[in-house]
Amino acid sequence: MHGHVDYATFLHQISGFLGSYYLILALMNAILAFYLWNSGKATTLFRVAGFPFTTATLWLLVAVAFTIISPLAMSGDARWVVFISIPQPLRDFSNWLLGPVVYSVGGLVLFVVLFLGRKFFVKPMVAWTILILAMLFMGLAMTDPNFAEIVTKPDNVPIVGLIFLLGFFTWLATAKAVENDERARQGLPPTEKLDDEKVLVWPDLVYTELICMVAVTALLLFWGLMLQAPLEEPASSVKTPNPSKAPWYFLGLQEMLVYYDPWMAGVVLPSMVVFGLMAIPYLDFNKQGNGYYTIEQRKFAYIMFQFGFFLLWIMLIIMGTFLRGPNWNFFGLFETWDPHKVEALNNVNLSEYFWVKMLNMPLPRPSPTDGALRSFFTYILRELPGIVLLVGYFTVIPPALVLFSKFFRELFLKMGFVRYMVLNNLLLMMMLLPLKMVLRWSPLNLKYFIAYPEFLLNF
Amino acid sequence: MPPIGEMIRESQIWKSIFRHPMPTDRRNRIVVMLTNFFLHLHPVSIKKQGIALSYTWCMGGVTFFLFLVETVTGVLLMFYYRPTLEWAYNDILALRDVTSLGILREIHRWGAHAMVITVWLHMYRVFLTGSYKPPREFNWVIGVILLLLTLLLSFTGYLLPWDQLAIWAITVGSNMARATPVLGYEGPGAPLLSVDGLDMITSASDARFGLLGARFVGEETLNRFYVLHCVAIPLGVSLLLAIHFWRVRKDGGISGPL
Ligand code: HEM
Repeated sequence: MHGHVDYATFLHQISGFLGSYYLILALMNAILAFYLWNSGKATTLFRVAGFPFTTATLWLLVAVAFTIISPLAMSGDARWVVFISIPQPLRDFSNWLLGPVVYSVGGLVLFVVLFLGRKFFVKPMVAWTILILAMLFMGLAMTDPNFAEIVTKPDNVPIVGLIFLLGFFTWLATAKAVENDERARQGLPPTEKLDDEKVLVWPDLVYTELICMVAVTALLLFWGLMLQAPLEEPASSVKTPNPSKAPWYFLGLQEMLVYYDPWMAGVVLPSMVVFGLMAIPYLDFNKQGNGYYTIEQRKFAYIMFQFGFFLLWIMLIIMGTFLRGPNWNFFGLFETWDPHKVEALNNVNLSEYFWVKMLNMPLPRPSPTDGALRSFFTYILRELPGIVLLVGYFTVIPPALVLFSKFFRELFLKMGFVRYMVLNNLLLMMMLLPLKMVLRWSPLNLKYFIAYPEFLLNF
Repeated sequence: MPPIGEMIRESQIWKSIFRHPMPTDRRNRIVVMLTNFFLHLHPVSIKKQGIALSYTWCMGGVTFFLFLVETVTGVLLMFYYRPTLEWAYNDILALRDVTSLGILREIHRWGAHAMVITVWLHMYRVFLTGSYKPPREFNWVIGVILLLLTLLLSFTGYLLPWDQLAIWAITVGSNMARATPVLGYEGPGAPLLSVDGLDMITSASDARFGLLGARFVGEETLNRFYVLHCVAIPLGVSLLLAIHFWRVRKDGGISGPL
């Protein structure tokens, strides 16, 4: 699409969209400023010569700034657009910096920071600032043809929506949880309890539903009018596109293919995700936090779910959609998808590390004259390090946790052996993915713990 | 003469359709919920907290509404579409270039994307409010199956336009079935299933073949996915939705603090 036109044409194509985008941003801030001023909720930040500079003034100024930016974008003229673009050196730096490791570790750090600082981040003004900054970043980045190309691909647009929706709802839920947790500390019931009275479903619920339906219909009509559904060339089983991607909601699985063989990434792990989700109500025996938002009262369940949902599902989908290009190589946000980019792949199996590098021996290998049983044991011997490691991982860690952690001891006592082991093994299975990713990226370049190419059984 | 609105509401036809007067007073507001087929899915009265948008985000409701939108637009699309190699692509092309009401396909496609997103958000909400806890454990399980079916609906529909995007996404997405343990011909353990040196699991008899109806994504696949997409999965979803909603009621309505 955009990638094939020159820069001037590209700017011309996006100018209308970008100009309106900044106008909407201006409007959003102006409405907020008006609301703060009108409701008397604006607080004074500081005074200039006796004149109070309030939060309303602040957002009004932001609105003015966006109003000024808008025509610059609308001009579609490279001389103006430079002022509302991310400087090229910064873009190059970001491309250079961003790789799978920085992306994933960055995601984890972000998650931890947001979680620990949740009382700060849920404040409406803080959350609003983050939203506006995120939208500003989107706008500034949009003048980069590479960024614009992947973000505006029709089937990728929903993911941009997903990011903002998830951000919004996570904020909403966290804000309520923080409030409820604070109330619990003071011995008060959760806010949900305050709306205990019964109301009639007609009109209260029925009208809400009607309004929701109208809103969704309006959104779909707007979306359908603005964006045409993609239709590429007719199917051809000989012309393989590069990259070939599954639909976006399966890209987390496709990403797992880098670290696991297809039987794991495509069959076993998805089944375990489904099974694990279904098992949640039967594993989480905590009676608190039923029917209201809270984090403190169910911290363990909360963190585990968010880890799986955000870091291992959503983050991988975003990476698979926006950052994985031809040959499933990693590309920065502003990098051209060059199909000739080569990445050295030199992955080594654990058995090779053990036998060849550590013991300086060749890999054990059955000789053609060996009987079936003897060959079998030779194969077992060859992969023994990985087998021991993995079996240990799944069987030693759970009891070790019981011995050394008070929290897990209580879990064990309350859940009983079977449920405790199921929970632990599901969680350990989940954790194995990031562990495997790290080992692959580390200088070890670990390929498989257990490698039986003879039996198509690699792990 | 009475106002026209009143005349309509007083007519025999209107009264025969709606079994209750316009619900403006308390009595009729209760009666309407009990006597209207569509509304009787709901209880008559409900805790204020259970209908707060900030609590449920209305995400289950929006997902359901999107399912209905998909059903209606899907039926309309079926009028124009033939699932054969000869016609599939051309019908979609014609739908874009020739047919009036040109955004039918757009609404169906974006609605499908939106439904995947809203079903995740709904699950997210249910988790964050701990609404899967007793007595709602089993409704969560039904929900997980609904989530899976929603993804499969979207996935099977992705193939139907029969363009490059479609077949390669489905090829990539279904390749993994080749590696199903024991049942995929490239899966671990598959060689075990051989009789007298004859492999039972081959590329023409394995799990992927069962999914695609062929060794690669071809006309049989198109037909298979079409039937799954338009008939089988929607029926499954409808059945589960009925149970899902029924359970919401039977489990004591929308969750809330005790
Ligand atoms: C096609 C997909 C689905 C539809 C149309 C749907 C619809 C609904 C609706 C309308 C409600 C009433 C409350 C609300 O709107 O939040 C509800 C409640 C519920 N849903 Fe779903 N749902 C779907 C999928 C799921 C999934 C994926 C899960 C979980 C994995 C789930 C679990 C539940 C539970 C536990 C409740 C009771 C919540 C409460 O009482 O607070 N549902 N669903």
